[in-house]
Amino acid sequence: MSPVPKLILQRLVLGVVTLFLVSALIFVGIELQPGDLAEQILGQSATPDTLAAWRAELGLDLPPHVRYLNWLGGVMQGDLGNSLASRRPVADLLSQRLANTMFLAGYAAVISVPVAVVLGLLAALWRNGIFDRGVNVGALSAISMPEFFVAYVLILVFSIQLGWFPTLARIDEAQSLGDALYRCFLPALTLMLVVVAHMMRMTRAAVINVLASPYIEMARLKGVPRWRIILRHALPNAAAPIINVVALNLAYLIVGVVVVEAVFSYPGMGQLLVDAVSSRDLPVVQAVGLFFAATYVTLNVLADILSILSNPRLRRG
Amino acid sequence: MTVTTTLKSAPPTAWFGMAVVALTIVVALGAPWIAPYAETEIVGAQFQPWSAAHPLGTDNLGRDMLSRMIFGARNTVGLAMLTTGMAFAAGSVLGMLAALRGGWTDQLLSRAIDVVMAVPPLILALMMLAIVGASIPNMVAVIAFIYIAPVYRLARAAAMNVVRLDFIEAARLRGEGTLWLMRREVLPNIASTLIAEFGLRFCFVFLFIAALSFLGIGIQPPTADWGSMVKDNATLITFGDVTPLIPAGAIALLTVAINFIVDWMLHRASGLKT
Amino acid sequence: MTSSTWGASRRDFMAGAAAGGLLLGMALPGAARAQDSTPKKGGTLRVGYTQGESSDSLDPATYSNDFMFATSYAVFSTLVEIGPDGTAQPDLAESFEPSADAASWTFRLRDDATFSDGRTVRAADVISSIRHHMGEGSKSGVKSLLDQISDIRADGDKVVIFDLKAGSADFPLILNDYHLTIRQDMDGRIDPDSRIGSGGYVIESFEPGVRIELVRRDDYWKQGRAHFDRVVLLKVGDPAARMNALVTGEVDLIDRPDLKTLPLMARNPNLRVHTQNGTLHYTMPMNVTAAPFDDVNVRMALKHAIDRQAIVDKILLGYGSVGNDHPIASSMRFYNADLEQHAYDPDKAKHYLSKAGLDSLDVTLQTSDAAFNGAVDASVLFGEAARAANITLSVSREPDDGYWSNVWLKSPFCCSYWGGRPTADLMFSSAYAAEADWNETSWSNPRFNDLLVSARSELDQDRRAEMYAEMQTLCQTDGGALIPAFGQYVSAMSTRINMPEQISEMWDLDSVRFIERWWMA
Repeated sequence: MSPVPKLILQRLVLGVVTLFLVSALIFVGIELQPGDLAEQILGQSATPDTLAAWRAELGLDLPPHVRYLNWLGGVMQGDLGNSLASRRPVADLLSQRLANTMFLAGYAAVISVPVAVVLGLLAALWRNGIFDRGVNVGALSAISMPEFFVAYVLILVFSIQLGWFPTLARIDEAQSLGDALYRCFLPALTLMLVVVAHMMRMTRAAVINVLASPYIEMARLKGVPRWRIILRHALPNAAAPIINVVALNLAYLIVGVVVVEAVFSYPGMGQLLVDAVSSRDLPVVQAVGLFFAATYVTLNVLADILSILSNPRLRRG
Repeated sequence: MTVTTTLKSAPPTAWFGMAVVALTIVVALGAPWIAPYAETEIVGAQFQPWSAAHPLGTDNLGRDMLSRMIFGARNTVGLAMLTTGMAFAAGSVLGMLAALRGGWTDQLLSRAIDVVMAVPPLILALMMLAIVGASIPNMVAVIAFIYIAPVYRLARAAAMNVVRLDFIEAARLRGEGTLWLMRREVLPNIASTLIAEFGLRFCFVFLFIAALSFLGIGIQPPTADWGSMVKDNATLITFGDVTPLIPAGAIALLTVAINFIVDWMLHRASGLKT
Repeated sequence: MTSSTWGASRRDFMAGAAAGGLLLGMALPGAARAQDSTPKKGGTLRVGYTQGESSDSLDPATYSNDFMFATSYAVFSTLVEIGPDGTAQPDLAESFEPSADAASWTFRLRDDATFSDGRTVRAADVISSIRHHMGEGSKSGVKSLLDQISDIRADGDKVVIFDLKAGSADFPLILNDYHLTIRQDMDGRIDPDSRIGSGGYVIESFEPGVRIELVRRDDYWKQGRAHFDRVVLLKVGDPAARMNALVTGEVDLIDRPDLKTLPLMARNPNLRVHTQNGTLHYTMPMNVTAAPFDDVNVRMALKHAIDRQAIVDKILLGYGSVGNDHPIASSMRFYNADLEQHAYDPDKAKHYLSKAGLDSLDVTLQTSDAAFNGAVDASVLFGEAARAANITLSVSREPDDGYWSNVWLKSPFCCSYWGGRPTADLMFSSAYAAEADWNETSWSNPRFNDLLVSARSELDQDRRAEMYAEMQTLCQTDGGALIPAFGQYVSAMSTRINMPEQISEMWDLDSVRFIERWWMA
């Protein structure tokens, strides 16, 4: 087998093994938590017989390993099971939240990736100048603010003072795309401020790194304009690290936005997972946890593959 | 280059960073002497405006805001430092071990770390804290555990480059043990990478603790910490009251400062190239 | 005061606490109520609710938060509803009569009441709906409340008879509970997930833990109710987000506003704060069978070592009143106003300690914000105050998750709360009677328990008042419950929201029936 497909296959197999282990980890994690779904729902009004009734109906009285194997068997056949609490199929419960999460992540990515790359390139082009320093300080400051703080300040300025954007990022199927984009602008902007710095700095560093190589020096001596050197020669060769950091940040936009969802009341996967963990709704926790893990693993594998393919030396094997 | 000349060459941003960090350390260490009141002492009415007696006013239970800020520096920064330190100690030892031993040790450790990294950190923290209960020692342990993973990866990658070198091979042939190799040969060679990373990780841990406190599962009352101080007063922002901006600003200021220093250090490390 | 974004404070009132109220005293915060007292049809009501979870379902046995309580009352209806004066008023039942010994109650259903699919409400629907919560396999929070029923039977299509194990004058009020909404009978059972109800609204879309959209039924059988055209309930868990949404006009009403910002919010002429004096109270139960709380002097010492006013001022920010170690609210009938108020008095506390033969006392108070919002802060305040009485009170913060299962009823000294019961009898029977499931303090006072039984069937109201007064005294001087404060229900809303002159204050927002009873100017 040629090295590239073999490498890719290897990564995929490892990814599946990782997902399997994650599911076991989550199961054990939920098992170890104090209280179960029955106690969470009944709370102060619980009596021993109502608790027993709940547990019998939900199968919580079965031994843990039996429950895990039952669940695993279902997943193998593509059945994520039903939510313990609402008895709705987990797949139904997830689909809307999944769409919401992907929408917000995509929205934030579409704004922030170009912004980050362009700023990074410009900073590299005018490196050590006023622009470079300014962008650098700005980026560092943005990355240093707690997310919730950024969100509150944006709300204060854009919703309460100026009244331009809503504070609640309500989203449903009935909305037009424009409406949805308008309503989700503030959360997307918050996320952009959080992720842009990292990507921008990596772009700048990678491009500068390439600019130091001899063939760039050669091109420069030949009189090729600087911006052309950067676009035609430096950027393609700096692609691997940039792709890596973009993938990492995309993963973050999908799996790491719990706080932003809370501040803007955005119905995404993060809130669903937090809810499900607190009510001990195991099938939902498993499904969401697996989705997050799969996102992370997939994006990492994808980044690996892309950087292999974008690297001429590796591509040739 | 001596320390003095190195410092002299530092850009203003780095100087600013060092000044802020030094100030924070002094305040954190000297909190009981600097703060006008005790950490949890109730000294007046609630939400008093700024005055000579209470330069930053009082909080929701009538405690002095300034004193809370000062003790908050000690708690928030101290805990973040402790947590990061623990994560680095464990992560770098495991990373070097994986690089030196290779084979099954490496495979086992790396796969375990993959699993931990595949679960979003906030969710992992949430689940683990629900299991062990939200107390300060538990929180430190949980976050340190989560941050072992990225440190391990970095340490392993850096150590991999070192273990291929001839002098390691030579030492091995001499019959030196893994521990000796780790301490004498690998660690000194990857230390600079780790130190630069420490600054960045410290910032992440610091923001992570703040986020946990914001979500109500981090540092628990009545302990003063900046994250919960933001959360407790967050609703005041709606009405243009700047109280919550003070602790939030402190968090941002310190992280910016550290980032400036790290930036300068990285710049110096790669300085020959550009 | 912190408010956890998840988990913790999910239940505001006790499941099963839903029995309505007898003569609440009509205590109304009269000021600034209803500018326009004629209800007007139309408008969309948008509500920002603190609670609501993705695990919510329409099954009435599973309701555990305000979001579902409000939904339940809007979409479904109950046999009786609680009136402003705290009495049971006809709803699906047009009349209800007790037998002479009050051990059998006959409910007659309205002829014109229909479900949203057009079918009329029949006796079989009522029986299946109530039975859903009873019997062996019941998972419902009201199961123990319904244990008093020995049989439910139909007499024709329109009459339902409840046979009780013993006489109870307060029985109809139980049927106001949000769990006990009437669903359609299907061969002796109900379909718990069905959306068909006999209430004023139908569900247009429902995304659990996010939002529910309701539309008014044009053919609603109850006159003069259900004024809003549409109702949207949104779950907005973050207190700052809830406040922001109200200020920017994205919602018209929010529950649980952040109390400390209310003075600032009051400056906005378009918004107003709404408070209700309910029966909600906070307790710190001491187990009277466990040392050192088995000594009444120790209990009295602790009751005098807590600064109640400080808790009302600092934890409730003034939205409440001091408690007097018995669970009867001042607005309730049979409240004993002559009882001396327990106050913070370290010397008296020391005096009781010495009567117990002690110089100092070391106790641990287990607490969590799951018990009530601010419980941890309140415990810290208690600790600071108790020090002056030579009492070392260590505050042990327990995990929010599992608090009710692992700490409450198991710990010798912890924090708890009661949404309250509307009648003295129901309140005492739930948590103070010796055999009660939720007797938090394991208190068993023979005199108290005798009085409880005889007062239940006593028809002479003066005699009854005397009996309840004595029971309150017994609670206060001998009981194990330390009750530092009663809390108010607080909400904030646009001034466009109008409500009747008199509302039911038993629970938040017109006893959660605001969707059907309020309107938009």
